[in-house]
Amino acid sequence: METTVKTVQSVKKAADLEALAKLGRETLESLKPKVMVGMASCGIAAGAEEVYKALLHEAQDQSFEVTKTGCLGFCQVEPLVSVSLPKQGTVILKKVTAQGAAEIAKALKAGNLPAKDTLCTLNGTPRISGESGKGAVPSYEELGFFKKQKKIALRNCGFINPDSIAEYAARGGYKALLKALTSMKPQEVIDTVKKAGLRGRGGAGFPTGVKWEITAKQPEKEKFIICNADEGDPGAYMDRSILEGDPHSVLEGMLLGAYAMGASQGVVYVRDEYPQAIEKLEKALSDARAAGLLGKNIAGSKFSFDLRIVRGGGAFVCGEETALIASVMGQPGEPSQRPPFPAQSGLWGKPTNINNVETWANVPYIIQNGAESFNSLGTKTSKGTKVFSLVGKISNTGLIEVPMGLTLRETVFEIGGGVLNGKKFKAVQTGGPSGGCLPENLLDLPVDYEQLNSAGTIMGSGGMIVMDEETCMVDVARYFLDFLKEESCGKCTPCREGISKMLDILNRICEGKGTEKDLALLEETAQAVKDFSLCGLGQTAPNPVLTTLRYFRKEYESHIKDHRCPAGVCKNLVTYRIDAEKCTGCTLCVSVCPSNSISGEKKKPHKIDLSTCIKCAACYEVCNFGAIIRE
Amino acid sequence: MEITMDKVDSILLDHNYDPASLISILQSVQKEAGYLPYPAMLRISERTGVSMAKMQSLGTFYRSFSLVPTGKHKVCVCMGTACHIRGGHQVLDKLERDLEVKAGETTADRKFTLETVRCLGCCSLAPVVKVDENIYGRVTQNKVPKILRDYT
Repeated sequence: METTVKTVQSVKKAADLEALAKLGRETLESLKPKVMVGMASCGIAAGAEEVYKALLHEAQDQSFEVTKTGCLGFCQVEPLVSVSLPKQGTVILKKVTAQGAAEIAKALKAGNLPAKDTLCTLNGTPRISGESGKGAVPSYEELGFFKKQKKIALRNCGFINPDSIAEYAARGGYKALLKALTSMKPQEVIDTVKKAGLRGRGGAGFPTGVKWEITAKQPEKEKFIICNADEGDPGAYMDRSILEGDPHSVLEGMLLGAYAMGASQGVVYVRDEYPQAIEKLEKALSDARAAGLLGKNIAGSKFSFDLRIVRGGGAFVCGEETALIASVMGQPGEPSQRPPFPAQSGLWGKPTNINNVETWANVPYIIQNGAESFNSLGTKTSKGTKVFSLVGKISNTGLIEVPMGLTLRETVFEIGGGVLNGKKFKAVQTGGPSGGCLPENLLDLPVDYEQLNSAGTIMGSGGMIVMDEETCMVDVARYFLDFLKEESCGKCTPCREGISKMLDILNRICEGKGTEKDLALLEETAQAVKDFSLCGLGQTAPNPVLTTLRYFRKEYESHIKDHRCPAGVCKNLVTYRIDAEKCTGCTLCVSVCPSNSISGEKKKPHKIDLSTCIKCAACYEVCNFGAIIRE
Repeated sequence: MEITMDKVDSILLDHNYDPASLISILQSVQKEAGYLPYPAMLRISERTGVSMAKMQSLGTFYRSFSLVPTGKHKVCVCMGTACHIRGGHQVLDKLERDLEVKAGETTADRKFTLETVRCLGCCSLAPVVKVDENIYGRVTQNKVPKILRDYT
């Protein structure tokens, strides 16, 4: 049986909200056995759709309920399924397959929690034993991946059905809005956000409350607020996950912001590449409207606010505020000179406040629980928590939320479980194309805005990409410049021409044609682009180059002096050969080689003909014996 | 896929002929036709009063627009950072070899258009390839032929 979301009545006072929350609790804490399938985009890509269908099929006899939820963050082991039995508790299962659905159903029908593929238990579920011989199933709080996490922005992701406004209310949703509307003046809301120390989670880290105050103080009566959901940083996906898993938290945050700043209209600017996020948001807006929490006279008060969704066209630069505003107005997303700042003159020339998804999602928590609940976490200058996407060459990939100030080592090794396949750690990249790469000796750096800046990188939107010994740092710098060359809007010369010139140099180095003079020229050009570009894109574009030069200069020198790529990535500088001792002659490599460059008799060591080898690495990928040597 | 002028007119009407909604109008046309056909652009220009030069500038500025017809299926290789360092470029090379086109091009039989995308936000499953609306994770060169076989 698929859980249906009941319609809601208009929320005007605390009792109405409580009635809505009660509806939510009925499905959330169902009296029937229940399974929730994590069906954010990452879950679906891992096969959750098939699992969901198979579970629905098993539940045809109405013996248990099946519902959808967002991403719990542990993407490495998706599809994740949470299974609950009344009075017995909840267990989360990992890597569930469609075939596994039958076993889940079987256990539930026998009145047991499943014991296979268990990840952890939730909410004080009594100890249960997992598969035989593997001991007891750890609790959520004990599991290495979740132990050091503190979820504020992600508080509901993976725990509620994102399509249910009632379940959001059941977890305390919209209480903050009602609290503000009934007992707080707009300035008090601003003061609370200021006191909490919340800073912009989109990258630059500007204090949110201060930004709000500037907008609120503008004499113009008409004001706008915008949610920047144009998550362009490659390697970061927290905004997608929040919108897909908990859209109401963003909406409630915006409502609070609109009330505080006196804005009556808002825009959510979402990437067109995120269809599910748009769908969930549309549903949230329509449910909130139906509940009287969006539109005219919200919750029976004098405050009115409405919101529309604008889909982005696919341009990285639109993450920059002025470019984003241009795009909302139907123009090419070219940034403009600041001042005037958007807070003074933004959308249609009116005062406009822009915050990103994660920032907005933090706001209801702060208003509901008070500034201290937030500023008691984190470091001196960076309060609260931050969501990071832990990806790349790491064992536990996923989305994590930790208090500011946790060290890179704790993040990568304790939560992330270390480098993939036991390889050696080389670097962690933060801040996307505007950030930089940090080496092993900085692993004990506590991560906050200032510490990252002093190391030459930035917080950015929270991408944390782990690199191992098989990642070439020159290639990484080249990769980011290639990205930025295409994404530069072309308006100002230093960015447009400078990036292109730096890329030429890096291409030369990667091809083994670089000279020692190139490094000095690279540094000089980088400085010029940094100093003279119009917007943040250009001003930060050299960061990946400057940090790799600062921390990994030896790798550049190997490319230039020895014509070697130590990581074995730069095609022109590597060759492949077969280790005769390890080769078993299984011929698997022969079957995948697109240029027919591998030959040999069956069950005898093979050889690669270097004159025809195109260095595609297909053989390297498939060899089961580590016999293909790349050097 | 093509688009009738009636459909273009109805999209325009939905957006009140508002030049501020131009990106959204073009997205709807692109969704319908698979690209931005010249006659459709001309019609939008006439009805909204926005010059063709400006339409062209929008059509080329944003990555999601194509001014040339695309194939029946769109193959997008993610070029995000996580995908890059986990071998996304090798997957792209393999697709280029197998489909005999370069990124951005359409196969001669109009079956596939090969594209790159900056990040699909499925970084935990890197490297990622998206065909139409289906996302494939942890793709290796070896898996490419199998993925393509699903599309006829």
